[in-house]
Amino acid sequence: MGLLDRLRQLRGPVPNDDLAGRTQALVVRGNEFGFDEFGLSRESFGGVARVARWLYRNYFRASAFGIEHIPATGRALFVSNHSGQLPFDGLVIASASFLEPPQPRLVRSMVEYFVPTVPFASYLFSRWGQITGTPENCRRLLASEEIVLVFPEGARGISKPFSKRYQLAEFGKGFMRLALEMQAPIVPIAVIGAEEQAPAVNFKPLARLLGMPAFPVVPYPPFVPLVPLPVKYRVYFGEPMTFTGDPDDDEDVLDDKVKTVKNRIQSMIHLGLREREHIFW
Amino acid sequence: MSANTSSGDQPNGRRRKVVITGISGRLGKIVARRLHHDLDWQIVGLDRRPMQGRPKDIEHHQVDLRSKKARDIFRAGDVDALIHLGVMHDPRSRPAELYSWNITGTTKLLEYCQAYRVPKVVLVSSANVYGPRPDNPQFLTEEAPLLAAQRFPQMRDLVEIDHLVSTFLWRAQQVETVILRPVHIVGPVHNAPSNYLRIQRPPILLGFDPMVQLIHVQDVAEAIALALAPNRRGIYNLVGPGEVPLSAVLKELGREPVAIPHPFARPILSLAFRLGMSSFPVAELDFIRYVCMVDGRRATAELGFRPQFGLRDTIHAVDELA
Repeated sequence: MGLLDRLRQLRGPVPNDDLAGRTQALVVRGNEFGFDEFGLSRESFGGVARVARWLYRNYFRASAFGIEHIPATGRALFVSNHSGQLPFDGLVIASASFLEPPQPRLVRSMVEYFVPTVPFASYLFSRWGQITGTPENCRRLLASEEIVLVFPEGARGISKPFSKRYQLAEFGKGFMRLALEMQAPIVPIAVIGAEEQAPAVNFKPLARLLGMPAFPVVPYPPFVPLVPLPVKYRVYFGEPMTFTGDPDDDEDVLDDKVKTVKNRIQSMIHLGLREREHIFW
Repeated sequence: MSANTSSGDQPNGRRRKVVITGISGRLGKIVARRLHHDLDWQIVGLDRRPMQGRPKDIEHHQVDLRSKKARDIFRAGDVDALIHLGVMHDPRSRPAELYSWNITGTTKLLEYCQAYRVPKVVLVSSANVYGPRPDNPQFLTEEAPLLAAQRFPQMRDLVEIDHLVSTFLWRAQQVETVILRPVHIVGPVHNAPSNYLRIQRPPILLGFDPMVQLIHVQDVAEAIALALAPNRRGIYNLVGPGEVPLSAVLKELGREPVAIPHPFARPILSLAFRLGMSSFPVAELDFIRYVCMVDGRRATAELGFRPQFGLRDTIHAVDELA
């Protein structure tokens, strides 16, 4: 198939998602003013869902696998690899959970502590259902039978250089404590494609100077990762894993459980990379 | 009337006696009315200010909390409860004088309660003691640290009074101490949140719209009545009918907010404060920028507290001021 055919295929038809219907079908525990206790409003969510859908369907042309593993109801902890300098992996996971299964689910991701200090982001993120990443918030949402998305690699994962692509960074253990305490099933997720959206090298001296975990530089203008390349995303939802045990166990006991999840995600990544034909289509 | 509230009537025919500090304020009067009219307590007011419109059978002492006369009220040993509302936070007063009034006054009161065997102490503190912060969890529990004074020195007195009474709660085991930490109290009262919501064109910060919790002043009075019942002790957050963004509250009231970019808001407000055009200290800006919400489930479970006023009624209560 020639390049032109490929490009034509890229512009091909995309599924006709019933956005209004899906937004209506979302479970929102709103009060008489239409806001839930975390500031989510169905109206604002419906607005941003259009943008998210365009990115998901048209820009990243994402494919989702293992949709049947997204629970139709009830609590779950989504655990995914984190990569690509820009947090579009979160957007793709949330869009897949909203657009693909028969019953749309809202995915709550945990945003960094600085987000509430940024004008507009401060309240828009909360209108769209995103929450400040404190363990208390996570507990409360799981108790309300919601889905919380965590990236146990955190900043280590998203800011890693291109040379380390598809190698998982160290996992934090907080998610496992939460899963045990709240008896929430863990849905392992592997995202393929994000690593190539902003192939970056780490400019260490500047990172040290600015006190940032990394200072990524990309080989195209504006040389800092602001716009992702139109890579094709593949997102794999794995079979839910349930763990039992004491959340206050020793580090090594928890470590084994964390490793089980990490290994599962790593093997899902390997599978996804084998199935992938090309970075861009 | 809820079945759990404590009536002032006793089997031996003597009405129970409650001392209310800060009774001359609007909240004080509402609490006094609730306890006096509906629950038949004998009320003793303790305030530096005169009490306007006082019913004849309410005893009022216009004295300083730190004075010897204040001690005399407790000396007879027939006081059944103290409700401490007398926290002064006039932003225009000298900080040193306020500090002495608040801290020394509270320390003295607690001394009297222990010395003259007052079985019940209720402090009305505030959920603001936790402080609005970007890294706050959405709902703070009673165990959260009281960090308000870090960014907001004017809150120091309130935080310290809360600490004083918390210590007393654990130290004086024979006294049932209750600390109530209500969210922003609104209604026909003169406090910062109600005054702010009464402005027709209130300033807001461009790009910020935190979720807020409001509670009707009558609901606070009801919670105080619940706290007076025997066998209730501890620290309780008090939450009103729910959470809404600040913008929704202003919209419901028909206000026209003026958005100011936050880097300019501080200098503008500080100038306005110094010129006497505004009564809001600059640090209060954080309350319209960050979340400071609390989890009220403990008060529901242990005190049986449930707000009687809905969201809309609570919001519109700020306009009830005659």
